[in-house]
Amino acid sequence: MRTRRLGMRSIVNWLGPFIGLLLVIALFSLMPEVRGRFLRVSNFINVVTQSVIVALGALGMTVIIISGGIDLSAASNIALSSVIAASVIDAGGSPWLAVGAGILTGGLVGLANGGLITSLRLVPFIVTLGMLGVGRGLAKWIAGNQKIDAPLTWVNTLMSRNPEPSWLMLAPGVWLMMILAVLLAAVLRLTVFGRHVFAIGSNETTARLCGVRTNRAKIAIYTLSGLFCGLSGVMAFSRLTVGDPTVAVGLELDIIAAVVIGGGSLAGGQGSVLGTMIGVFIMSFLRNGSTMMGWPNYIQEIIIGAVIVAAVALDRLRHKKEL
Amino acid sequence: MTESSGNPTLNPPPVLLMRSISKSFGPTRALEATDMDVGPGEVRALVGENGAGKSTLMKILSGALRPDAGRMFLDGRPYAPSSPLDGRRRGVGMIYQELNLAPHLTVEENIMLGRESHALGFLRKSEMRRRVREALDLVRHPEISPDTPVGRLRLGLRQVVEIARALTEQVRVLVMDEPTSSLSREDTEGLFQIIRRLAAEGVSIVYISHFLEEVRQVAHSLTVLRDGRVAFSGPMKGLKAKDLIRFMVGREVKEVFAARERVPGETALNVRGLKSRRMTAPADLSLRRGEILGLAGLVGAGRTEALRAVFGLDRRERGVLETGGLVRLKGGPRMMIRRGFGYLSEDRQLEGLALGRSVVDNLTLSRLEPYARGGFLRLRARRRAAEEWAERMNIRVHSVEQPLESLSGGNQQKVALARLLHQEADILLLDEPTRGIDIVSKTQIYDWMSRLASLGKSVIFISSYFPELIGVCDRIAVFHRGRMVEERPVSGWDERGLMACAAVGRA
Repeated sequence: MRTRRLGMRSIVNWLGPFIGLLLVIALFSLMPEVRGRFLRVSNFINVVTQSVIVALGALGMTVIIISGGIDLSAASNIALSSVIAASVIDAGGSPWLAVGAGILTGGLVGLANGGLITSLRLVPFIVTLGMLGVGRGLAKWIAGNQKIDAPLTWVNTLMSRNPEPSWLMLAPGVWLMMILAVLLAAVLRLTVFGRHVFAIGSNETTARLCGVRTNRAKIAIYTLSGLFCGLSGVMAFSRLTVGDPTVAVGLELDIIAAVVIGGGSLAGGQGSVLGTMIGVFIMSFLRNGSTMMGWPNYIQEIIIGAVIVAAVALDRLRHKKEL
Repeated sequence: MTESSGNPTLNPPPVLLMRSISKSFGPTRALEATDMDVGPGEVRALVGENGAGKSTLMKILSGALRPDAGRMFLDGRPYAPSSPLDGRRRGVGMIYQELNLAPHLTVEENIMLGRESHALGFLRKSEMRRRVREALDLVRHPEISPDTPVGRLRLGLRQVVEIARALTEQVRVLVMDEPTSSLSREDTEGLFQIIRRLAAEGVSIVYISHFLEEVRQVAHSLTVLRDGRVAFSGPMKGLKAKDLIRFMVGREVKEVFAARERVPGETALNVRGLKSRRMTAPADLSLRRGEILGLAGLVGAGRTEALRAVFGLDRRERGVLETGGLVRLKGGPRMMIRRGFGYLSEDRQLEGLALGRSVVDNLTLSRLEPYARGGFLRLRARRRAAEEWAERMNIRVHSVEQPLESLSGGNQQKVALARLLHQEADILLLDEPTRGIDIVSKTQIYDWMSRLASLGKSVIFISSYFPELIGVCDRIAVFHRGRMVEERPVSGWDERGLMACAAVGRA
């Protein structure tokens, strides 16, 4: 009985993407030009560290997509949060304040999204599309249309490849990403809120009829996702050491792609944290391997685009017999 | 089947009292001073043509609409729900034809949705599991696994899940709207047993249905609505289907089925060994001009799949189709329409009609050639044609530009049929054309089928309702588990024979 409960949605759902990940890794392992550099532990650590920014955004996006929504402003949110964090340090504020401000900014953007969607009754696509522009514009405005050079603090060690203390082995940012992933998975599976997220995505009318406070839930969902984007922005600042308002342009597509590759359905009701994380890594390894092969950027874009279509098509095939 | 036993005593006060309920939508008076009472453990049937006011009355009861006048009482206390959720909390459970379930969520998750047991936000799964099992036991379906995603259950079981949910909500009045329209015989029987058990436990039930024999089987009392007013309210005992129809329509309906006086002509369609991927076995069919062939069977017997293959909606893997010459195996709907075939899907909402589009759009969609000039549409000519057909088929509309969803189910179906006629189809493939429709529209559709046959057209008619097959068809073929098992002229069939063949595979 217990295994069955875990079975239905989780195991079968991530098996597909997991095989995809293994295929990607296998693909580059077979290329003699890069095999040596690719299959090194240091490279894997590299890839995982580079995934943190997209991963954090994708964790929040997972919740949104399961609930049947979408957030096109994620990347702008990340940029804005990173600029805010940099500005705080630049203005002499403490690093803790900077981190807090960055995360809070993300949350506020998310709150705005959720509030507008529920009060104006506009589709999330439109509201977040608008917020994409507003957020990016605000980021550029606050940064004075340039990169904010902030003095180095411990914030900048969060994404370092040589963490101290060295027993950590992976950057603090990476550990944070993994802990948050586990926590979010627990929330989705074990809490009332998590169940309501799935219900709203599966059939919002039914959820409302059953007494689920859908408006409140949606606001919470977008705010939560915003907080994740805020943290992602802090990590972006950490790695770049500057607050760059032009960072992460177009990243929302990578973020959404990760969730979808991982089994999330844009129609709602389906998705998982594990699937999303696998989706993130599939894309990171693709980029990493492609760069090593010396393939130009545009090839990577084409490959990733093809992978998204293939992943969703395979997913549809698998689910054809069900639902 | 035995009729339900006599009246429950009226001494205990009615659980539900609806007094003088009136409601208008603009100039249309949907309900006029309507009364309805239901006592504890009473099963009250609510019948009426489409447009008679049943759904309006139920929306008011559930809390989706507010009445313009009148009052309601639940257990002696005033009852005026502000929303469907409010109504549910007060104990009025609604189970609609389109079930209200979240397909991705499991049985347990659906049953407990909105009322999850939790500690500080964390789900208390063992407690919920206990309550869910209790509910499933109450409806005598302990075999349903609480971990199955509801979307994977067949329709009959999904309905059981909704009933189980209502039970966990301490429902006082359970309203079921057309619950058996898409159910198999066994599931319908199962449902009746659940209803009887619930009534025995004191739950009041309002049962809305077009199936008059079912209503007679399961209900204690009856309210008939006609044009927004109560035409009859009283015990079911002693009433015959004829009486019910008279109350609903207000006049004697002489024969529901037109007399048959036609002689079938030459072969119009010959099908040998046809198989698509969805069909479990190949099918043979033949059809003559001026003939109505009925396809009987239980839900899931494979008739729809066979008909879809004939029309080319599902890709044909193999087989031979002859209709005035061989038909290409790969030919799809477009080609079939040009060959004179018309198809009416059993899934009205999703496949058969474009609900958001207007009546004209739907009616003329499959044959726009007469109105096309250089790629542009002659809108006025098109509208005129639609108006003629609407007139001819008695489709009640203010204007043919009205969106289809504003029409009643019966009228929508008539538009779908009109589309086939406007197409000038010679061979009509009708899949459950009268499901979920009021008796008057049904009679009109039977009438049309007869007329078409007299004009030399051919019809294949899928129905799960034996009386109408016997009343309308010239020949009936029975499907069982994907295969056609027996075919005879209608004189060789009776209801029992059809049932036996459909259920067991041989007469």
